[in-house]
Amino acid sequence: MAAKEELKLLGVDVSPFAIRAHMAVVIKGVSCEYVVEDLSNKSELLLSSNPVYKKVPVLIHNGKPICESLVIVQYVDEIFSGDGVPSILPTDPYERAIARFWAAYVDDKFFPVLRGIVLALTEQERVEKATETLAAIEPLEEAFAMCSKGKAFFSGDSIGYVDLALGSLLVWIEAIRRMYNIEIISASKTPRLSAWAERFGESAAAKEVLPEVDKAVQFGKMLEAAASAAAASK
Amino acid sequence: MAGGNGELKLLGMWSSPFVTRAKLALHIKCLPYEYVEEDLGNKSELFLSSNPVYKTVPVLIDNGKPICESSVIVQYIDDAFPGVGPSLLPADPYERAVARFWAAYIEDKVVTSWAPVFRVKTDEERAEAVRQTVAAVEVLEGGLKECSGGKGAFFGGDSVGYVDVLLGGLVSWLKANEPLTGTKLIDAAKTPLLAAWMERFCELDMAKAVLQDVDAVVEYAMALRARLAASAGNN
Repeated sequence: MAAKEELKLLGVDVSPFAIRAHMAVVIKGVSCEYVVEDLSNKSELLLSSNPVYKKVPVLIHNGKPICESLVIVQYVDEIFSGDGVPSILPTDPYERAIARFWAAYVDDKFFPVLRGIVLALTEQERVEKATETLAAIEPLEEAFAMCSKGKAFFSGDSIGYVDLALGSLLVWIEAIRRMYNIEIISASKTPRLSAWAERFGESAAAKEVLPEVDKAVQFGKMLEAAASAAAASK
Repeated sequence: MAGGNGELKLLGMWSSPFVTRAKLALHIKCLPYEYVEEDLGNKSELFLSSNPVYKTVPVLIDNGKPICESSVIVQYIDDAFPGVGPSLLPADPYERAVARFWAAYIEDKVVTSWAPVFRVKTDEERAEAVRQTVAAVEVLEGGLKECSGGKGAFFGGDSVGYVDVLLGGLVSWLKANEPLTGTKLIDAAKTPLLAAWMERFCELDMAKAVLQDVDAVVEYAMALRARLAASAGNN
């Protein structure tokens, strides 16, 4: 990395989106100042760096902000590349398209129903969302076989784009298991993803970045309470 | 390498703005392709096997390999044919990040707010969806300001780029919104830059070649609405 490169990442430990950005930076082996935001009292820097969404993560590179987790991951991948630096996206255009497709699937189809389990206002709604989530994980189990081609990760030998997109949700998948006894990934139903999840968790980058599951559980309880309160006040 | 043998096939449906995006990108790159109009009421084997996850158009098939999701397709066209025609994404990584940000905004805020207009059954729900879409378009005005950076007239600067293609694909539907709901989505009074952008975009050869006739889109959407209302009446 060039001298005087200043990297700052604004995030929150339990945010899957911040986890993606943080892990990308760690994978690239670049030094980055990680600033934990208080979402109930967002910093001036966050608000001015991401005026459109006012959300984490935001990467600030030499004073210039980059927002949206997958945009950040691609930016980091492009800026920090070269001999010996691991790639996050593949170089082949078709493989890149497949990676982008599945990352978009995680965000558009899987994440909303997964989050719906925590935000559900009734037990019936929770069961509905859990059913939808279990259905939504199935194509990913198939995709793993196709993308990994027998290797450890969606990307092959090392963690890549789709691994980050889905892997960043593993803490929440485990939190949901502890909170509601709902198993989204299991050795019996999704054996490939189950094995992949273990490998992901064992990686150096995950060990450095992923928070304790209990932190997500605590945050989940807060989200539940906020959702109930919002519904009650309508 | 992908794209070497020149066998490109696009599975689409004439009214789909997402298909229009793919057509625009192919047109910009001057890439010949075979277009196949899919009957979404009777989906072909090729279509179902090429997009088993979503079963939606567009699907681009390059030498037998399918690519799905319009923004993924447009990026693929840019990546796979680097020497052919202009680049859709800027060369500078920071500018690329800004372009990707606004592309994601169009999907997550504009399209997501807007799609319900064509699905909901009551006037109230439709009005609310329109209201949210207008709000999103007003933010996008800021995006155009940021992306064009005084350099020119498009999100891509002097010429059409990635974000222009993604928004451009929606233009006939953007125009159709007024006859369909009474509200202009791109109103020169509220979003002058976007209004000028739309005029400029429609003057381009690619737009003239590819964009759907607005009246045809209005008729199509009205028929869709009538079918929805009929099914609601049957509940």
